[in-house]
Amino acid sequence: MSSYNLTHLAQLEHEAIFVLREVAAQFERPALLFSGGKDSIVMARLAQKAFAPAKLPFPLVHVDTGHNFSEAIEYRDWFAEDVGARLIVRYVADSIKAGRCQEEKGPNPSRNGLQTVTLLDTIEEFKFDACLGGARRDEEKARAKERFFSHRDEFGQWDPKNQRPELWNLFNGRKNQGEHFRVFPLSNWTEMDVWQYIAREKLKIPSIYFSHQRRIVNRNGVLLAESPYITLLDGERYEERTVRYRTVGDSTCTGAVESPASTMAEIIQEVASARVTERGTRADDKRSESAMEDRKKAGYF
Amino acid sequence: MTAYTASPSEHTDEHYLAMDLLRFTTAGSVDDGKSTLIGRLLYDSKAIFEDTLENLERVTEQRGEETLNLALLTDGLRAEREQGITIDVAYRYFATPKRKFIIADTPGHIQYTRNMVTGASTANLAIILIDARKGVIEQTCRHSFIASLIGIPHVVVAVNKMDLVDFSEARFQEIVAQYSEFASRLNIPDIKFIPISALHGDNVVENSARTPWYKGGSLLYTLETVYIGSDLNHIDPRFSIQTVIRPNNDAHHDFRGFAGRVAGGVFKPGDDIISLPSGLPAVIKSIHGPEGELAEAFAPMSVAITLDREIDSSRGDLFAKPHNQPAVTQDVEAMVCWFAPAKLNPSGKYILRHATRETKCAIKAVRYKVNINTLHKNTEDLTIGMNDIGRIHVRTAVPLMIDPYKRNRTTGSFILIDEFTNETVGAGMILWPDGSERSPAEQFADMGGL
Repeated sequence: MSSYNLTHLAQLEHEAIFVLREVAAQFERPALLFSGGKDSIVMARLAQKAFAPAKLPFPLVHVDTGHNFSEAIEYRDWFAEDVGARLIVRYVADSIKAGRCQEEKGPNPSRNGLQTVTLLDTIEEFKFDACLGGARRDEEKARAKERFFSHRDEFGQWDPKNQRPELWNLFNGRKNQGEHFRVFPLSNWTEMDVWQYIAREKLKIPSIYFSHQRRIVNRNGVLLAESPYITLLDGERYEERTVRYRTVGDSTCTGAVESPASTMAEIIQEVASARVTERGTRADDKRSESAMEDRKKAGYF
Repeated sequence: MTAYTASPSEHTDEHYLAMDLLRFTTAGSVDDGKSTLIGRLLYDSKAIFEDTLENLERVTEQRGEETLNLALLTDGLRAEREQGITIDVAYRYFATPKRKFIIADTPGHIQYTRNMVTGASTANLAIILIDARKGVIEQTCRHSFIASLIGIPHVVVAVNKMDLVDFSEARFQEIVAQYSEFASRLNIPDIKFIPISALHGDNVVENSARTPWYKGGSLLYTLETVYIGSDLNHIDPRFSIQTVIRPNNDAHHDFRGFAGRVAGGVFKPGDDIISLPSGLPAVIKSIHGPEGELAEAFAPMSVAITLDREIDSSRGDLFAKPHNQPAVTQDVEAMVCWFAPAKLNPSGKYILRHATRETKCAIKAVRYKVNINTLHKNTEDLTIGMNDIGRIHVRTAVPLMIDPYKRNRTTGSFILIDEFTNETVGAGMILWPDGSERSPAEQFADMGGL
């Protein structure tokens, strides 16, 4: 009997595939939120496996802030083509133009929060009833409270104090007209699991995850990349450093880490000995103690 | 107290890829140091990062508290931090070189029984905390009953705050005797007792010099070594179909894969199977897993199975073997735990979700309600309200393929959903029928010890 054991990574893989198949079976119009970041790459890879040899039964959807790293955008387009998936891109800039939301002011205007407006509009435009996201519970304390199947009301809001109990592997995707679900197949994965899986599957990832030279400015401990969307304050200046990214979000709020890690093995070593959380490089989470919870309640990823 | 150190070299590929996974839950009442214990495990296994720690130090200072408040680590929502209580199940992750761990951290308040049931439903092990000064109290009994009912195979009773009883062996033994007497009425196959101080770290990661009389392993050692290889059913072949994969392209013209997760037993190419409820036989042609074709599939693997012939099977149907089948029935006896503010309607209709099948159902009878503190069966008051546990008879609109929960946690469980609000209102654990000659009452005695 002892041979009927799975390693933890295999268990996580089988669990995620089960969740992805439940989404395909329980919903009429699912979509997979795909940014070209490592978590969405792993999720898309698992989706390929879940439905092989058939193609992905749902489109890839990306909300483009216009402040994304070009490497991630190029990767996104290549990936969609490579797996033969339909790619839907909607732009925060269009939401701003249409008067649906306003650009932030200040030296560090971020479109991170504005993504919510575009995302909810996209969900409405395509009548998506489930959006698959790569969020993990180990990322952040509000996310630690998330369900696999996370119910959103007709305004796209999350009500953390009134979530459906989720027992065994029975996922309740029932909903009323106009409501939708966010589904997180990687809920139980950690940053280390994601990297190990990328290594095991030999997945290609955008180059910015590996060490490279980049001009950055140190703002409140977050190393922000040079970009036309950032205004330097008094005393600030760009300097060239050897960096890589641990998480890939909006360039205006995602910080780099100084790192010489240029291979997958070196990245894994670095993650194993890391002493700061992955989201520690995210300026968007540093805005307040409950910044993530507040964004999620409003309909953020 | 030396901190536990996982050096980077221990995370080399072979090592990391060979680790297994233990899911556990923690139960305790409000002040018995549950959050401190979890904080201690995370802290000593270096799962807490510097920025989290700095944040913790800042908040502790703001609150004017002297020692680092590790409990603050587990309260993720604003309302929880404000009220100093844990509202919802939170999941935590840490790893040692031996194992990876998922903690379902559930609140201890009486009104949150539903959270404990939720957290326990996927757990291999439960840590039940007892305050050494107070001994076995009502909440200990309640938590243990739920652990037994939900079929957690391993329980660790952590007798905490040993520092406050001078690390007295006599006091520890007294509590062991108290608990063992109570637990003899439950169905928990494996119980271990460990004297600890979560606050000071005694017997949490390393054995403490202050309890020389204790010869067992530390809590972390126990978590790392408890044998979980037989927690899943590898005897009765069960496979519920989630969806059917049909590529409809030239390369895979005839491919028709029944996708799902193995809930029990072992399936191999060449095996005779029977599709239920239709009863149609077939032979397995191939099994496809995430890494390609497989020689065998067992729980909890997600696979796609192809057959030697075309049979009419779809989502909600189940593959078993001709000589080992579940009961196919529309009548189900079950223990139910109720989650909704609106009481269970004793003649109401609900949506029932069992494995991959969803059907309407009607409550036919409420047999009794359990007093979860005394284990007394109440046949007078049959109202099942929020956080109550009782025994019901349910009739479903279509047949279900069921096993007793005790035999299989996947084919033996279901949830009830309100038809109008779509909320999950109850969780059911199936008692009857099974293939044995035992009566429902005897089986229930097996399950909950009542």
